[in-house]
Amino acid sequence: MNTTMKSWLPPLALLALAVVLYFALPYNLAFLTRILIMAVLVLSLDLVLGFAGIATLGQAAFYGAGAYAAGLFAIHVWADPVAGLLVAGLAGAALAFVSGLIVLRTHGLTLIMLTIAVASICHEIANKARDVTGGADGLRGIRMEPVLGLWQFDFIGKTGFWYALTVLAVVFVLLTLIARSPFGLSLRGIHESPERMTAIGVSVYWRRVTAYTLGGGIAGLAGALSAQVTQLVSLESFSFTLSAEALIMLILGGTGRLYGAVLGTLVFMWVHHWAAANDPFNWLFVIGGLVLAVVFFLPRGIIAIPTALKRLGGRHAGT
Amino acid sequence: MQGLEVRGLTKRFGGLTVSEDIDFDLVPGDRKALIGPNGAGKSTFSNLVTGILRPSAGTIRFDGMDIGRLSEAQRVKRGIAKTFQITTLFRDLTVRENLALTILERQGRGYQMLRRAGRHADTGAEVAALIDQFKLEALADTRVADLAYGQQRLVELAMTLALKPRVLILDEPAAGVPSSETHLIIDAIEALPPELAVLIIEHDMDLVFRVARQIIVLVQGRILTEGTPQEIATNAQVRELYLGGHGHD
Repeated sequence: MNTTMKSWLPPLALLALAVVLYFALPYNLAFLTRILIMAVLVLSLDLVLGFAGIATLGQAAFYGAGAYAAGLFAIHVWADPVAGLLVAGLAGAALAFVSGLIVLRTHGLTLIMLTIAVASICHEIANKARDVTGGADGLRGIRMEPVLGLWQFDFIGKTGFWYALTVLAVVFVLLTLIARSPFGLSLRGIHESPERMTAIGVSVYWRRVTAYTLGGGIAGLAGALSAQVTQLVSLESFSFTLSAEALIMLILGGTGRLYGAVLGTLVFMWVHHWAAANDPFNWLFVIGGLVLAVVFFLPRGIIAIPTALKRLGGRHAGT
Repeated sequence: MQGLEVRGLTKRFGGLTVSEDIDFDLVPGDRKALIGPNGAGKSTFSNLVTGILRPSAGTIRFDGMDIGRLSEAQRVKRGIAKTFQITTLFRDLTVRENLALTILERQGRGYQMLRRAGRHADTGAEVAALIDQFKLEALADTRVADLAYGQQRLVELAMTLALKPRVLILDEPAAGVPSSETHLIIDAIEALPPELAVLIIEHDMDLVFRVARQIIVLVQGRILTEGTPQEIATNAQVRELYLGGHGHD
């Protein structure tokens, strides 16, 4: 019971931090909401990469699929946010399942290249299908109904913030449950040794396809949040940059621990925001320096800082 | 027929024949050993039976059913399990987690996503029984990577037994284990359930002669001869071909 409570401490602290930031920065809600949405995407990547060990640089494919699905659904079918969220999740999962059937037959570099290719193909399809997607101008004209019929999306972004925070919390709890389940344990097993998994009678391929599909569904939710809150879907949602940044945020925070993904997103977006505001020309140096520092000194990510400090302290005490 | 029935098994890589026309039976209760010099095709034979490789010709039946087209994982589900030549475990997981994962998969719970892995009482009881059987209590919550190699070997054996196999293939179970710990492995093999069909592929002649009741000698992909340990030990052809170098250690 004690360990259960301990393991919920970091996410609860992050939740509290989100609430504090909401009140501390009432005019930056759009920025805070973007962090929450990115955190959902990075969590989906943690499931795929951190748990299942599937190296991907194409997670944006499912984010984009979710964003366009939510946008088109709102425009043509029903503008209810929660229904749109579900549709987008299904769209992301469906695309991940179909593409996963093919790309997960490969490993290593080939796999990475194929995941990039899938996102590029989606990008090009969205670009060419102007009549449906708006092409390079983006998908416009999304008008959302109130969330659950109660909370209208407002100009300042209060509703958007709480909506995104709720979805993030639900996704977080869901992934925490999955991480502790037999399925989650089997993903760790695959990460550790696919050969051993096969030798205990598991079809590693189907297990990976399942994880990839789930990850695609969650990335789709992130895309839907973005479409619904900003009421715009651009081609950028399929971009390689988005996939790569999500990966950097995950590595920054630390893989396989969920709250590491959230923390990494928060730190990356914050430094990005702060550095770009202070020096619009050289801010990328700051990001690069941060990533280098983490990779060199904290290969397990920011979440490893307490352990690293403890070890440092222990060494001094010992000498 | 109960057990494994291999007929005319042949494997060619291009022009190279690594297994040729092998006939082999393994029935419940068997303790057979496969020996032979390096490159004799022992590993290839094991890989053909477990499904890592596909044969070029010949049939593999298990309980009368042709399993030649089944994948490795499917054959494990049917009851054919193996240990690896080099210990292959989930190194970052504890001994208990390694066993629990194996048992959960055998129970078909691998796709459960919302229930805690540790909440299955029957799985936990089975893990505890195996830990007890292999005397791993003190190490149960240690990461496998932190165990001595001989202990890892025992964990692997426990995991393989957790699959409740009916055919067990041990690929060099004593390889890499310091001689001071070999007795642990031998004890564990001797304590295997009597009805299990066991095939041991091994270099260590002490171990082979202690636990095997039938020995098959493989040379250049073919079965040279087959017999009891006494027959093999006194077989002139075997002594010359294989044991010659080791006979007077």
